[in-house]
Amino acid sequence: MAYSDKVIDHYENPRNVGTMDKEDPNVGTGLVGAPACGDVMRLQLKISDDGLIEDARFKTFGCGSAIASSSLVTEWVKGKTVDQAMTISNKDVARELSLPPVKIHCSVLAEDAIKAAIEDFKKKRAARKAQAS
Amino acid sequence: MLKLPIYMDNHATTPLDPRVLEVMLPYLREDFGNASSRNHVFGWKAEAAVKKARQQVAELIGATDQEIVFTSGATESDNLAIKGVIEYYKSKGDHIITLKTEHKAILDTCKRLERVRQERLDELKLLRLGQLAERDVSPEEVAELAAKHDLENDATYKKWAEMPTGGARVTYLDVEQDGRVSMEKLEEAMTPKTVLVSIMFANNEIGVVQPVAEIGALCRRKGILFHCDAVQGIGKVPFDVESMKVDLASITSHKMYGPKGIGALYVRRKPRVRIAPIIDGGGHERGMRSGTLNVAAIVGFGHAAQLAREELADEAARILRLREKLRKGLTDALDMTVLNGSLEHRLPGNLNISFAHAEGESLMMGIKDVAVSSGSACTSASLEPSYVLRALGVDEELAHSSIRFGLGRFTTEEEVDFVVNLVVDKVRKLRDMSPLYEMAKEGIDLKSIEWTAH
Repeated sequence: MAYSDKVIDHYENPRNVGTMDKEDPNVGTGLVGAPACGDVMRLQLKISDDGLIEDARFKTFGCGSAIASSSLVTEWVKGKTVDQAMTISNKDVARELSLPPVKIHCSVLAEDAIKAAIEDFKKKRAARKAQAS
Repeated sequence: MLKLPIYMDNHATTPLDPRVLEVMLPYLREDFGNASSRNHVFGWKAEAAVKKARQQVAELIGATDQEIVFTSGATESDNLAIKGVIEYYKSKGDHIITLKTEHKAILDTCKRLERVRQERLDELKLLRLGQLAERDVSPEEVAELAAKHDLENDATYKKWAEMPTGGARVTYLDVEQDGRVSMEKLEEAMTPKTVLVSIMFANNEIGVVQPVAEIGALCRRKGILFHCDAVQGIGKVPFDVESMKVDLASITSHKMYGPKGIGALYVRRKPRVRIAPIIDGGGHERGMRSGTLNVAAIVGFGHAAQLAREELADEAARILRLREKLRKGLTDALDMTVLNGSLEHRLPGNLNISFAHAEGESLMMGIKDVAVSSGSACTSASLEPSYVLRALGVDEELAHSSIRFGLGRFTTEEEVDFVVNLVVDKVRKLRDMSPLYEMAKEGIDLKSIEWTAH
């Protein structure tokens, strides 16, 4: 199966690979997928108190399309507000990378990873507020 | 000078040996005759060439030329052996024993025969329930009426169901962790209705070699026919139908540096094994496989078989040394690698290895100048990894991380060195971006995490 040039580019030069301190109150971590299915994505977002995504890091176990999908969304979410990031859909990712039908699940995983990371951040913030009050 | 891309997928197919091509060429040019033409020199030449090739193939496996039936390849040979035996011996029984790790040509043939039997039983149920209910019965009513009339214990239905159905019952045996069949489990699975055991010589994914001689001896003792899909092992490790007591064996040319589209089924003459044909026509191949013979391909197949026989010992030793260099090179440099299948009972050219936490398909993408295969099935619609690895009990994540290297006649030491360096580098790169590798290194038990399966 031939990969699109964009998939190959992200696979060969992945953007924003890395790990953030998951204990940091401003870091939201999303871990989605399953090893048994052959793909696991971890997306970490550093979010300011006013809800701006300042930085993003990923690590992915999966095929080239999964790696490219996660690499792409780290680029896309940076500089966006949490609300804006929540509107990124798997269709945008699939279209940008020209994913074939069998690889659509990779883009779904990338969307899930964004949502899971933001969810984690919101939970942390709520817990912090509860503690403070 | 190292030439890219490197071919290391010799289980999928092998390149045509230039020496084989040379002997084929005249039969694609001036010697184009039909081997069945009995009354002119074109036919005689073709017939003589086929006879010689038949002897060359027979000699490779310790058979006689009259026991070789040419087919279009191993898939056809497997179909012919199984369907042919089941049809011919239908009055004797209809039970087949095979392995879960067999090639799809075996498994899907068996599944079709199971379906044929089930369809016949469904018809019989309908007929018998019609008699019992004294009216026409529709298929939708079968379940309800079968319960009402206690069909499973109905003597007439039971008698009918034991009559030949044209299909088969099949036992798919598990293999041990090393990929080999347990002789005890095989013997336990045998019933008075068992007519055929079909077990491969060497596995196409993991290269594990089955105890064929022991299986042959057991089958002979029990009066059960033994078919061996010997595609992957023949020409790589010694195979002898006499000492191994094989009754039927599938062979293909393109896994031993011959042309594609030609194969053979060995059918034993003493004691005589009979099969019904699946292709009818002009009665070629002693009625077992009609169709004009592909003379050029048969000539190539014969020559490939002769070369394999003459060079087997030296070639096996050379390839084994390279395979071990590859294996040690990879496992010395990388942690968390797992060899899939027995090391001891394995084809010299096979290495199937899982690089934990580095996904197979992305690894293949990283080593795109090297042709290999992966047990990861990310490209297929099912997302299920290799059924062979799963049958061995290999963890799904490791199955997704497996790579099959197939070394062959034309693999060089330089290529092996290049592949070791490249794979080590790419596995490290993938692990650097793998959350699983990071977690494993931190000592987190990945099994303890609740994953969101999708």
